[in-house]
Amino acid sequence: MAGITIEKIEKTFGATTVLRDVSLDIADGEFLTLLGPSGCGKSTLLRILAGLEVQTGGSVAIGDRVVDGVRPKLRDVAMVFQSYALYPHMTVQENMSVPLRMRRLSNWQRLPLIGRFLPGSKAVAAEIENEVMRTAKALGIGHLLGRKPGQLSGGQRQRVAVGRAMVRQAAVFLMDEPLSNLDAKLRVQMRAEIKELHKRLGVTFVYVTHDQSEAMTMSDRVAVMLDGELLQVAPPQEIYADPDDRRVAEFIGSPKINILDAKMHENGLASMAGTAFAVRAPIARGSSLSIGIRPEAFHLVDSHGVNILTGAVRLVEHMGSDLFVHLDVPGGDHPVVARLLAERAPQISSGQTLHLGVKPERLLLFAADGKRIRPHGQLGATVVRMKERLQ
Amino acid sequence: MSMTAHTAGKQVRPSQTPRTSSGALRRHRSAEIFAAWSLAGPALLLLVVLFFLPVFGVFAIALTDWEFGASSLSFVGLANFREVFADEGFRISLINTILYVVIVVPGTIALGLAIALLIESGKSFRAFYRAIHFLPFMATLTAMAIAWEALLHPTIGLINQTLAGLGLPTANWLRDENTVLPVLAGIGIWQNLGYAMVLFLAGLKSIPQDLYDAADIDGADAWLDRLRTVTLPMLGPVTMFIFIVVALKAFETFDTVQVLTQGGPGHASEMLLYTLYRESFEYLRTGYGASVAVVFLFIVVALTLIQARVMDKRVHYQ
Repeated sequence: MAGITIEKIEKTFGATTVLRDVSLDIADGEFLTLLGPSGCGKSTLLRILAGLEVQTGGSVAIGDRVVDGVRPKLRDVAMVFQSYALYPHMTVQENMSVPLRMRRLSNWQRLPLIGRFLPGSKAVAAEIENEVMRTAKALGIGHLLGRKPGQLSGGQRQRVAVGRAMVRQAAVFLMDEPLSNLDAKLRVQMRAEIKELHKRLGVTFVYVTHDQSEAMTMSDRVAVMLDGELLQVAPPQEIYADPDDRRVAEFIGSPKINILDAKMHENGLASMAGTAFAVRAPIARGSSLSIGIRPEAFHLVDSHGVNILTGAVRLVEHMGSDLFVHLDVPGGDHPVVARLLAERAPQISSGQTLHLGVKPERLLLFAADGKRIRPHGQLGATVVRMKERLQ
Repeated sequence: MSMTAHTAGKQVRPSQTPRTSSGALRRHRSAEIFAAWSLAGPALLLLVVLFFLPVFGVFAIALTDWEFGASSLSFVGLANFREVFADEGFRISLINTILYVVIVVPGTIALGLAIALLIESGKSFRAFYRAIHFLPFMATLTAMAIAWEALLHPTIGLINQTLAGLGLPTANWLRDENTVLPVLAGIGIWQNLGYAMVLFLAGLKSIPQDLYDAADIDGADAWLDRLRTVTLPMLGPVTMFIFIVVALKAFETFDTVQVLTQGGPGHASEMLLYTLYRESFEYLRTGYGASVAVVFLFIVVALTLIQARVMDKRVHYQ
């Protein structure tokens, strides 16, 4: 049982900086996902936690122990790799035994042929076999123990990799994109199984992915990373509804959030795409800002007015229960995408002029540097939580 | 074949030309057969002329008493083979060859792997080390053998001079029947080492880093554990390949024997290919030489078959 404290981690490879001042507390038993596009440094951070990579600066503690410079095997972490990294010459049984054999048998006892006959090794070997058997059964791969990785399907290999990590009962589970080599259907199924596994084991999980649906469905908290920086760490729904940064808002959500350029005028009105929006935020007159609107924040209205976007329909995508309507608005480079309930908006065809209303509280305001601007007197949920923790 | 069926199918399908289709199809087929033969023909011809016919010729000559240059010959059945296996000289030659292979193959593999691991673990001068270890393999062995002869010279050779200088016993390396075969084997190892090393280096490069990471996490992070858990098993296919190639090369050792010892002293360094050469071209007993060649061919084919079998089953982990 152990939480993880990451403090001011820096990592550079030569002249390139991969991680910049990353600090993060992961609670004991938490399922935390590191989410970000490829090359953002999330895998490097995971490898630093595992001890496979050495940080340039900063410190990592697992439980109460600072583990900087501690070898991976002494960190009490288990890891599942994207490629599974199963030993191809060993059977499933042998693969899953390796972590236990390395820890419980001495160098002499592990020698081929002779090792078997050394005192004590038989009892330990039997014990290892039992534990591997139990784990394999729990994962539903008991019948595959005699096979080699080359004879298994992708999903089965994935389970063996999880099994090899599980047998040791480590305090921390590290997973590096474990589902990205599986087909879409299996991925959804394994997603649920990994979540289940986390509940059953109750240990800390750190999960790396670039797939936002994995992050949103599995995690207790999501840490969004971009260009080696941690942008926001929050529960999935908060990451989605209350992003701290324009880049977080843009990375999360499908279809992507609509970002429109706006200019601030007097009496709390901002002009954008030929419309005035009532903005309740402390923004100086004349300054420019961006306004983010999630596609589902729109609703159909009859006529033009304040807080209402008007434009010509470019494309309608029927998704069954929803419609994605692409709307050309004045001054916008990209069409605005609105997600409307199909039953409420039955008769939309391209070319038609449409009026879409947005409630003021659904507007996400971002300053020119991408930081979120919150309405008067309102603090971000993350800030509120941090304040509570400080008190 | 599947290509033919596929393109032929395309030809038939269009419905506007139902009547001409069977004629067009036939013409198309014969054009394809012609193309196939003209593409495969040259290689096939060379294979037949340079490989199958000579092999067949050797088999045929092995059943006769033909002597090189003789105008007549007669069929003697298996008499040559009976003589080969009864001949003390051939037996010594075969045993010498096997001993030589037994020293050269493990020696080359062990040293080649050791050097490859050393080069891979170091950071500087990699290309340099690679090059100097690979040089002996590139050099003409006959020329190198002369250099070795100078080194091994009983009185003025560097090796004996050095040993004498250190107060150690010296030997007449190439004229002593106890040392001549190990010395030749040593030269054989020296020559093949670079080849094994280069292949091992390539094999080491292709081992995924993930496996070493997994071994680190699993606790196999000591040098020997990493070697046993990841490196050696992953080098299995390469090792098998090197084993076969070096074994074949060792079986057909000829240059060093010819240049350095001529099979002597006595028969102490006589080996199969040298025997074959001597019987065929010095004593001109071509029929007898051909039967030695047949025995040699069997050994080579057997080795290759073992390779094909073991490679697929044991080394590729399927």
